[in-house]
Amino acid sequence: MTFLSRLLGKTNGLIGAVMLGLVLVVAFLGAVWTPYDPLKSDLLNRFAAPGLAHPFGTDMFGRDVLSRLMRGAWVSVSIGLSTLVIPVVLGTVLGAAAGYFRGWFDRLLMMVLDALMAFPGLLIALGLMAVIGANRYGVILALSFAYLPAVTRVVRGSVLSISQNEFVEASAVMGNSRLYTLIVHILPNCLAPLIVLSTMMFGWVLLAESALSFLGLGVPPPEPSWGNILSEAKAHLMRYPLLGLLPGICISIALLGVNLLGDALRDELDPKSASAPSKEAI
Amino acid sequence: MGDTTTDQREPLLRIDDLEISFGSASVVRGVDLSLNEGEILALVGESGSGKSMIGRSILGLLPTPGRVSRGRIRFAGHEITAPSSPEELRLLRGRSIGLIFQEPLSSLNPTMRIGEQMFEAMRLHTDLSEAQIRDRAIEMLRQVRLDRPETLLNRYPHEFSGGMRQRIMIASVMMLKPRLLIADEPTTALDAVVQREVLDIMEDVARASGTAVILISHDLAVVARYADRIAVMEKGDLVETGATRTVLARPAHDYTRRLLAAAQLGTPSPVSGRPGEALLKVDNLSVDFTEKTFLGLFGKRVHHAVRDVSLTVAPGQFVGLVGESGSGKSTIGRAICNLTPKAGGTVSFDGRDLDTCGAGEEQRLRRRIRVVFQDPFSSLNPRMRIGRIVREGLRHEPGLSAAERQKAAEDMLEAVGLSRDMAGRFPHALSGGQRQRVAIARALIAKPDLIIADEPVSALDVTIQAQILALLKRLQAEYGFACLFISHDLHIVEQLCARLYVLHKGRLVEEAPTPAIFAAPRHPYTRRLMSASPRLEQGDDGLQLAETELPEIGGAEADYYDATRPEDPYRLIDTGQGHRVALRSEERRAG
Repeated sequence: MTFLSRLLGKTNGLIGAVMLGLVLVVAFLGAVWTPYDPLKSDLLNRFAAPGLAHPFGTDMFGRDVLSRLMRGAWVSVSIGLSTLVIPVVLGTVLGAAAGYFRGWFDRLLMMVLDALMAFPGLLIALGLMAVIGANRYGVILALSFAYLPAVTRVVRGSVLSISQNEFVEASAVMGNSRLYTLIVHILPNCLAPLIVLSTMMFGWVLLAESALSFLGLGVPPPEPSWGNILSEAKAHLMRYPLLGLLPGICISIALLGVNLLGDALRDELDPKSASAPSKEAI
Repeated sequence: MGDTTTDQREPLLRIDDLEISFGSASVVRGVDLSLNEGEILALVGESGSGKSMIGRSILGLLPTPGRVSRGRIRFAGHEITAPSSPEELRLLRGRSIGLIFQEPLSSLNPTMRIGEQMFEAMRLHTDLSEAQIRDRAIEMLRQVRLDRPETLLNRYPHEFSGGMRQRIMIASVMMLKPRLLIADEPTTALDAVVQREVLDIMEDVARASGTAVILISHDLAVVARYADRIAVMEKGDLVETGATRTVLARPAHDYTRRLLAAAQLGTPSPVSGRPGEALLKVDNLSVDFTEKTFLGLFGKRVHHAVRDVSLTVAPGQFVGLVGESGSGKSTIGRAICNLTPKAGGTVSFDGRDLDTCGAGEEQRLRRRIRVVFQDPFSSLNPRMRIGRIVREGLRHEPGLSAAERQKAAEDMLEAVGLSRDMAGRFPHALSGGQRQRVAIARALIAKPDLIIADEPVSALDVTIQAQILALLKRLQAEYGFACLFISHDLHIVEQLCARLYVLHKGRLVEEAPTPAIFAAPRHPYTRRLMSASPRLEQGDDGLQLAETELPEIGGAEADYYDATRPEDPYRLIDTGQGHRVALRSEERRAG
């Protein structure tokens, strides 16, 4: 895989991939195994300092912090990944249709999306959560719709610019249908910005989920997510700063990793860069 | 290969053993050049030969990570390669050395008025008063032959055409009376007619103020008219320098000979096709573009891109469609392929009207028409391998297995002079010429009856142009297709086309068999086109620049229809042997 080696050959790509990889490994491990039950409280052992039994100590209910961070990683990452599905799929379909077929559909859709984009994504998510209810699926659905306009706009923009190319007209001259041209010639060329956007979006969603949980609108306790671990820690921040610091560091690592990798991907997938995929065998 | 100049004075510019490197790779090696005051030197080579890099190194403006790794450049007592301070170079730029870029669209700042941009450098480099600077700017605009220069100063770049912008560029650079002007492909983005105009003006202005010029270009024939001396670059090496006449008449280096051969294009060999019923027949085609006026609220303005154009292409015949940009020639090609809606007229193919023959029949007919586009960098899908791109031309051919399609694609690649293993490559791994071959392969694989070639060689280097033309000729003999060849260069269409249609601002102004039109061009516009694109010809003592001598024509110029005045009555008059020309009066006849 020459593409992968080039991506990881960049400093930011390598660091980003390592950080994100670490987060993903911890998350998947946390889904199946944690040192302690992350929900089991031990009131005799509250606020234990880090030590051999509890590497990161215990929280105000005596729960093992490491176990909670691991399970929290899984909850946050799984929400982040699920949230990508709807905006990417629906956004691609809407954006492609609007950008390629234009006309009244395009104008109407853009009007609605522009109106939506006038509000911060988090605000829209908050509003939707109030209707759907504050739970895991509520978070996924609300954030999906909050990020739909961004994907639609990006896809529409690239479809518009790719359509200007002569190979699109060449396809029409060959007698290909418009749908075939769209799917075979235009959409694959829109993949690069979409991949970059999805990577970045994964980071935004992690952050937004944390913010929602911090506000008490995200994943309801006692189930841990990085956001609600942070939220619960805030009452004890002055005496036990580690409780707030640890989930904060986790979120930072995930975000930094995603951003670094996203930047490297953007550099590498840019079709204008001379080093784009070339001589792989047929 | 020594300099032919015998001048004993210190030359204005002297380059010794120049080497320019990007990282460890050198792009220019061991170049020695000198230039005297007021001399015009043409620096010629294909793209990638390093000619632009030399120009930039003289200004000390090599793009990073490029650097001068050896040698020295002396300009009028200054060491460019080892300046005493960065200030020294900055003061030389603009004041003593001017630069004109290729792209007139991007070298003027779109948010600044013309006047402001012209005054800027004057304020920086001279201590003239505002009023004096203004007078000087107006004087310069007059010198580059722009009308009413006083009013131009307050306008913005987007209000001017490419040629006018390049003239404004020349005016603002030459305003400071630099001692050296570096013009890097100044007219490559322009049409032949405009190119001639701009270069003529540039030469006049430079000679008038005694400025030396380095004219960088890939087209020997174009610059030969202006240069005192020619320097030829090949892949980073300077292979030949000498006086223009000497280089043209007795080229010393093989590569120069190849360049010259390409510029000559050889004797025309038109493809006349088979007589009989027309394969393609376009009748009274009109295409309108509507433009929304101010705010898009108060109605639309209609622009007639093509008006009442009729043309026919016989089976196997090459027909040329010629005109400058904006003449509507590409629009006609697009309208025939249904890529642009028609406002009026009919297109029939093989005797069937494409609009009325029914959808299924129309599709079947249209598949026998293929297009080769101008820009080989945008006409191939960058995410598809070459094999798949070519194979796609067969998508609507029934009854072929995947293996047969693959084999057909590889055969076709071989037919256009590429190797079979190119099928596995992606377009960006190919050069411009190779890509254009792929585009031709894609068009031809389904054995179409008609190819519409929209400026197929305009984006290519001169040497490659000749190869592609030869390829088209060879493939025509093999496959027998007809071709509507769209170009702005009369000499290129002359090579292959049996019949020419000359278009000006959407109107047909002249049509005739190619030899007839070259022997006796009638319409003033055709004559202008013809004298604009220079070619080299075999003279008495070797090659020389051919000045197109036009025979006298009957009738005053005012008798002919002038497309810049569209309200005049328009009529095509047959003057015999299928030669038709547009007149403005309905009664009088030409000749």
